[in-house]
Amino acid sequence: MSRLYNKYRFLILRRLTQITILALYVGANYFGWKILQGNLSSSLFLGKVPLADPYAVLQIFATGALLASNVLIGAAIVAVFYALIGGRAFCSYVCPVNMVTDLANYLRRTWKLDKFEKKWWASRNIRYWVLGLSIVLSFLMGTAAFEIVSPISMLHRGLVFGMGFGWAALLGIFLFDLFILKNGWCGHVCPLGGFYALIGRYNLFRVRHNQPNCTLCMKCKEVCPEKEVLYMIGKKSQIVDMGECTLCGRCVEVCDDDALGFSIRDYVKKGENNEA
Amino acid sequence: MDTKRRAFLVSMAQNVAIAAAGGILWSAYIDEAKASELLLRPPGARKEKEFIKMCIKCGLCVEACPYDTLKLAKPGDDKPLGTPYYIPRQTPCYMCDDIPCVPACPTGALDIKSVTREQDGKRVFDITMMRMGVAIVDIKDCIAYWGIQCDACYRACPLLDKAIYLEMRRNTRTGKHAKLLPVVDPDYCTGCGLCEHACVTEKAAIRVLPREVALGKVGSHYVKGWQKSDEARLKGSKGIQTTVTPRSKKSAIETLNEGIDFE
Repeated sequence: MSRLYNKYRFLILRRLTQITILALYVGANYFGWKILQGNLSSSLFLGKVPLADPYAVLQIFATGALLASNVLIGAAIVAVFYALIGGRAFCSYVCPVNMVTDLANYLRRTWKLDKFEKKWWASRNIRYWVLGLSIVLSFLMGTAAFEIVSPISMLHRGLVFGMGFGWAALLGIFLFDLFILKNGWCGHVCPLGGFYALIGRYNLFRVRHNQPNCTLCMKCKEVCPEKEVLYMIGKKSQIVDMGECTLCGRCVEVCDDDALGFSIRDYVKKGENNEA
Repeated sequence: MDTKRRAFLVSMAQNVAIAAAGGILWSAYIDEAKASELLLRPPGARKEKEFIKMCIKCGLCVEACPYDTLKLAKPGDDKPLGTPYYIPRQTPCYMCDDIPCVPACPTGALDIKSVTREQDGKRVFDITMMRMGVAIVDIKDCIAYWGIQCDACYRACPLLDKAIYLEMRRNTRTGKHAKLLPVVDPDYCTGCGLCEHACVTEKAAIRVLPREVALGKVGSHYVKGWQKSDEARLKGSKGIQTTVTPRSKKSAIETLNEGIDFE
């Protein structure tokens, strides 16, 4: 039992936070709970504190609209939280699409699809192009460009306010991740993930690799949704410093050799990779 | 030939081309998806073009609405995704005095200024200031216009005798009755839709449409001569300017009476 817990403790924590946050929003709409009202685009915490998606606010800025202070404060709170503490944790602890793509990824591993599937290569930088494009299009089209197509909002808004045909977009992402490109949506395309990777680049909490313990089993790379961030495995003891790491902790759980663990970034120490 | 440089330029051009192609598809979709002339927005909503820029699609107005009037557009509703709207025939706006939906808006897409007024140095809510739409009567399918007595919409109107009033007209068919015709005054109509909700015909004969769609515009070249405030617009205007030639200096009659000098 405790072994099971050790192997899945972050996964359980992530599912708990994802489902709790979702349940609080759903409860606000259907039962009038006042803990988290609204949805992930913009919400009210405990009936007082505004929270807003800084990426959505950035797109609205690009349209040239002057926004009310509430949403700006909300966006600032969220941006500062992820920049200092959360990193890209939104993707693995909050975003509901994560559960869909994780399921696709799990099936990919259990059905051993990687061995047989035709391999497609796609750059993981596509998300930054999409990010830039969304800002340009918001400016040109006079509406927040990604928000009008975002499957994240579609799923989350759908669960809180009613789904409509939103499930089709999610099915699309699921099939894309399962049969076309491994970690296709979250790891390649999604500009919101790219946005949080950029602002969370220098946050406090980081995964640290302890090279002497590593036996090069590569289980961590097998399970990591952004495996290029683990470039140091077996080579060098250092923190996982790339912004694309979602801090999901799967690598920490699967490691049998105590070569990976959460730690705190040492801002003072010289050397950009924070070598231990 | 510098192949490295060439490779860099080519790959850059490829990236830009893919982004441009994707951008064209994406923007074509946005253009389709945000077109929504016929949608009724919540109280205090800015003009559609501004509204669609500012709305962050959070649904806080929808949650604030005590009557579940407001809905968020779902995929498949054929409305701009995630934005709030209401369908008066299903649930009209009951015009709450404290207007909970408007202050709930975090971005200002619902403009609180447009539904508050100054009173004793304080800003107070005034729901009658909202202009969500305007009711339009289909006079062929309204049974009151047939001569049947029905004042369902008139009775339902929260601004009774202002936004909807009854006009009497002789019923020439029977020769001895009056028709009581509902007439909408767009100066008062808020677009709440209680009339549309109350209408007894199979499909409502009085319907709320967005003001931009339903109302005309006279243009500034008409002046109401009988209204002082409107006539004030003429103040300081120089009248119509025409070209002045030596001949047109005098009036036509003067010129003709003088006789023309053909020298």
